Amino acid sequence: MSKNNNCMSVLTNGIIKENPVFILILGTCPTLATTNNVVGAFGMGIAALAVLFCSNILISLLRHIIPDSVRIPCYIVIIAGFVTIVQMLVQAFFPELYKMLGVYLALITVNCIILGRAEMFASKNSVIRSGLDGLGMGIGFTLALTAMATIREVFGSASFAGISIPFLENYKIEFLVKAPGGMLVYGLLIALVYALTHGKAPMKKSFSCATCPSAAYCNTAACKKEEEGDK
Amino acid sequence: MANKLKLAVSPHIHSGRSTMGIMRDVIIALLPAAIAGSVIFGLRSLLVIGVCVASCVLLEAVFNKITKKEQTIGDLSAVVTGLLLALNLPANIPVWQCVVGSVFAIVVVKCLFGGIGYNVVNPAITARVFMLVAFGSMTIQAYPKVVDVASSATPLAVMADGGNAPELFDLFKGLHGGAIGETCAAALLVGFVYLLVRRVITWHIPVSYIGSVFVLSLLMENFDFVRALSMVLSGGLLIGAIFMATDYVTSPSTAKGKLIFGLGAGVLTFLIRYFGNYPEGVSFAILLMNILNPYIMSWTSHKVFGGGKA
Repeated sequence: MSKNNNCMSVLTNGIIKENPVFILILGTCPTLATTNNVVGAFGMGIAALAVLFCSNILISLLRHIIPDSVRIPCYIVIIAGFVTIVQMLVQAFFPELYKMLGVYLALITVNCIILGRAEMFASKNSVIRSGLDGLGMGIGFTLALTAMATIREVFGSASFAGISIPFLENYKIEFLVKAPGGMLVYGLLIALVYALTHGKAPMKKSFSCATCPSAAYCNTAACKKEEEGDK
Repeated sequence: MANKLKLAVSPHIHSGRSTMGIMRDVIIALLPAAIAGSVIFGLRSLLVIGVCVASCVLLEAVFNKITKKEQTIGDLSAVVTGLLLALNLPANIPVWQCVVGSVFAIVVVKCLFGGIGYNVVNPAITARVFMLVAFGSMTIQAYPKVVDVASSATPLAVMADGGNAPELFDLFKGLHGGAIGETCAAALLVGFVYLLVRRVITWHIPVSYIGSVFVLSLLMENFDFVRALSMVLSGGLLIGAIFMATDYVTSPSTAKGKLIFGLGAGVLTFLIRYFGNYPEGVSFAILLMNILNPYIMSWTSHKVFGGGKA
């Protein structure tokens, strides 16, 4: 982390540039499991956001106290505490969402995003920056899940957040709601987000001119470029 | 001076064949099956073929345009993909499903992996499996228009339920339910002979594939030749073995590799047909063997002369 990174960029980093789902490829399990409908995905995102925000702040506060050798168990205990709180709140106030998310709500405890941010960010940064990072990552996670769930629900079951879309009723692609469809949409979105944020991938050199017998006489573009690079 | 001397690595002799020429031969070989399909299932099959071919070509053109790649529709491979996909669909399939299947075949399976030559699996067969899973489109069956068919299921479904196999000669003519291009065995065999004569494909994959299905079915059916033969003649086995398992990109290029490929696909087809949930297993078998293709290639690759241990 370079020092000139201001607080704002810590917050926005998680939303697009380092989106936990599409760029860091973390939290794949809840991403695939809960995105077959928009309500579940959004609820999952918000629950994870709350846990991530709180655990990032607490871990950052305790970062000088937690001994290095047992840091992962400590993180997990902290995260599990927050997950239990969130789980009880959801169960009390949104019983339908609680039923929909099932085991995946408890599984936030071992969500790679939360553990990953604790390890990569909160344990090395100040409380404010960690809180902002948790917020940004959480928003990024929620947006990614909602976007993916929108595609899957609209085209897979012709509805949005439970409201059916009559126009698409006869054109359902049920495959998208099933697990392989989730994989497909996930892969396509990773590719799309990567293309939008990182632009063109650098061209890989498929062969080296050093070992090519015709290198001295060759005037294809690849070799010319290499020559120029050598100079 | 040095730049005027062009040096190239071997091979130095070019057979003069191009991708376009090969694809044109495949299209010609598929024409009998397409014509037979439109005679058997009526003019609706021409609509399905037209929609699939047009959307495949159009999608490839648009994709290349958007990603600023070299335009590749001229090599006719998109036409072959569209034609093969259409021949694998029932004639009464909704048109929008054809378009979605073409999107999957061309954009997802072919173009996103880098276009012709880089696709890991055969686009047409993968799209068929996709449509089977997505829409259950192979369970909507089209029935021949030219004759009255009392039976409402495909021969394979009838046999899976323990029923009697249809007349062998009817199977040969293709007068039974199924996809547009897969029913008429006679037309497919004409295409096979054409491809062999033009040396577009070799005999290895089709013969080892169909042969292994036949032998295994024969064992399973207590040496009842008629039932074993109807196993071979029904379903997508012939079109799969002749046109789709022999795709250059996704099948081995060595003779030994081709035999292994055909044998593996045959065993898988047999297992799915007799012990699986689906009555038909050709598309799954070819798809699985496509995925195994790199391994088969590395097991059977030729030892390079002077290259030491291969």
